[in-house]
Amino acid sequence: MAKYAIKEGAVVDGFTLHQCVHQGGMATLWSATHPDIDGPILVKIPKISEGDDPAAVVSFEMEQMISPRLSGAHVPACYGAGDFTRQPYVAMERIPGDTLYKRLGDLPMGYEEAASICERVAIALEDLHRQHVIHHDIKPSSVMFRPSGDAVLIDFGLSHHAQLPDLLQAEFRLPYGTAPYMAPERLLGVRDDPRSDIFSLGAMLYFFTTGERPFGEGEMLRTIRRRMWRDPVPPRKLRADYPPWLQEIVLRCLEIEPAKRYPTAAQLAFDLSHQEQVTLTARAEKLKQDSLCTVLRRRFNPPLTRLSEKSELARQLASAPIVMVALDVTQTSNELDEAIRVSVQRILATVPGARLACVNVLKLARVTIDKTLDEHGNNKHIDRLVTLAHWAAPLKLDEQRLSTHVLEAFDPADAILEFAKANRVDHILIGARQHSLKRSLLGSVSAKIAAEATCSVTVIRPSRVAIDASVQQEETALASAT
Amino acid sequence: MLIAIFSDIHANRPAFEACLAAARARGAERIVLLGDYVGYGADPEWTVDTVFDLVARGTSAILGNHDRAVRNNSETMNDDARVAIVWTRGRLTAAQQDFLERLPLTHVEGDVLYVHAEASAPAAWHYVRSADDAARSLAASDTRVTFCGHVHRPALYSMSGTGKMTAFVPTADVPVQLLGGRRWLVVLGSVGQPRDGIAAASFGMFDTERQEITFCRAPYDVDAAASRIREKGLPGWLADRLYLGK
Repeated sequence: MAKYAIKEGAVVDGFTLHQCVHQGGMATLWSATHPDIDGPILVKIPKISEGDDPAAVVSFEMEQMISPRLSGAHVPACYGAGDFTRQPYVAMERIPGDTLYKRLGDLPMGYEEAASICERVAIALEDLHRQHVIHHDIKPSSVMFRPSGDAVLIDFGLSHHAQLPDLLQAEFRLPYGTAPYMAPERLLGVRDDPRSDIFSLGAMLYFFTTGERPFGEGEMLRTIRRRMWRDPVPPRKLRADYPPWLQEIVLRCLEIEPAKRYPTAAQLAFDLSHQEQVTLTARAEKLKQDSLCTVLRRRFNPPLTRLSEKSELARQLASAPIVMVALDVTQTSNELDEAIRVSVQRILATVPGARLACVNVLKLARVTIDKTLDEHGNNKHIDRLVTLAHWAAPLKLDEQRLSTHVLEAFDPADAILEFAKANRVDHILIGARQHSLKRSLLGSVSAKIAAEATCSVTVIRPSRVAIDASVQQEETALASAT
Repeated sequence: MLIAIFSDIHANRPAFEACLAAARARGAERIVLLGDYVGYGADPEWTVDTVFDLVARGTSAILGNHDRAVRNNSETMNDDARVAIVWTRGRLTAAQQDFLERLPLTHVEGDVLYVHAEASAPAAWHYVRSADDAARSLAASDTRVTFCGHVHRPALYSMSGTGKMTAFVPTADVPVQLLGGRRWLVVLGSVGQPRDGIAAASFGMFDTERQEITFCRAPYDVDAAASRIREKGLPGWLADRLYLGK
């Protein structure tokens, strides 16, 4: 059977093939048109037919199953697919431009640029993981960008879909993928841990910022296996000016044990977009690889074979949400503060992987020119940060789980909504405004947020009893004053 | 065409009614029944009459081991199952028993085989509980797709062109395309006595055009089914396990 001897002008399921734009090892890519579809189309045709290399067949089957189920800005739209009973193909949106592979000549990149690129890839990964898919082949040639700047992930031939049969699981004795970016647990056959993608992205970030691959280029299994016990050379040793925050992020992504990496791609994106908030640990300061003693211990008592916790994709995502608490520090209400803190505590206690972003909006006046200093000469922005940290202190959170942010904006609700969206917040907690007169004049911030947020919102009110007690106290105080 | 497939109803009337309604709501155009209409549950008369009516209107129904055991004692059944079958025998008329006895062991429709248990020896009632069992079953038939039941836990097996097997525990309500170029064995869950830890009744919807199987769940009145079992004096565990889905 020579099903792949396809020529220009051929029509596959209504798609007219125009030009072969790429000849890959396993597939050819064609530019195509379809009478019902506007915009450029790419048709992928595997260079195989039944009975050929089983790896290529199965990988194409996975792509054919997964692609039509994906949607959103971070994947190419899928227009159709056909299986091996007729002509196998996948037709998809053709993303203009090149993959990140084209940038390999520019390495090492600037730190800011590399961080911005990888932040956008992390956002795309988060979106993919939420669609139940682990990519398993994150590398420069799997990433493209839309004109909007959104990252687009391509090639799902090695991917795992948590709700579909994993046809690759049984097929190969050896892990299938791109060696320089492959997570160590993949060598043990683990295919259902989304943190494998975070490792690959970390390897890419390391490569982009240092110009060197963290585990070399070796394709020999013996070389690849070393990453199961040998940590990479710290980037700071390669580039003396390497920022500690960036090394912290890169080395956390490249941790051998998945549990020590970022729990979700959203949390990684969060750190990449808030450099000043990255909590620096011993990782940030490392100038040498782990000692021989540590490495030998790992070599002969490998952390990865002791993996007992199975990480399911959905459970992993649900276990590490980003929780945002919007605090109005100008309203002093101990009851409300306490009620919000109790709610936050409840959430953080049930999901130990959650991280908390405490946010306050410094409202800008529309007419007057704002001064950074208040009437006493204090910096308002810093004052607010201090107040937020003070509010959060009783929660006794590990620093890696906490960040504080003061947003400056005309409209507090808009600022909070925008922050939540940009940082892929899973849950917003906000206090209800206390003074009813002010609320009726200004409208309720919490109501707008509850109505317009793209995630869950909890509006917190102190219990009636607590409010009554405080009103009574105030009245008593007033009475005794008169 | 959209085919609703029900297996292991086991005389559980509230569960079967819930599944029939759910399948109708999903637009089922045809029904296939994979056997074990009786045994365990408290409503064998109603269930057999309902199956009889469905068959009269074009439904394909095949034989299960409990249906066969109504007339022919089985040596492989556990005590509870045997007690339930003896009780069932006393409830069913000769005509109802005749109807059950005459049901076929297999049914082939195009490239699809319907069978109650593992297909290499349908009357031996072997379970398909592993990729090896599935491979044996697929090797014994020519059809591309096999549907069976008997295990009471949904599963999906596939065999690649090179004979490699994959096993998968399906997610409810997520359609899976039975890709051409490989062979598939679909193990449906049980309508009347699910054993995968979920109490809701289990059935399948097969879209022949898209070649997609969807594993569905229908919540039903477990209290009603369990109290009927107790009322009839059947072993208490047969009522209790419905709540646990085991």
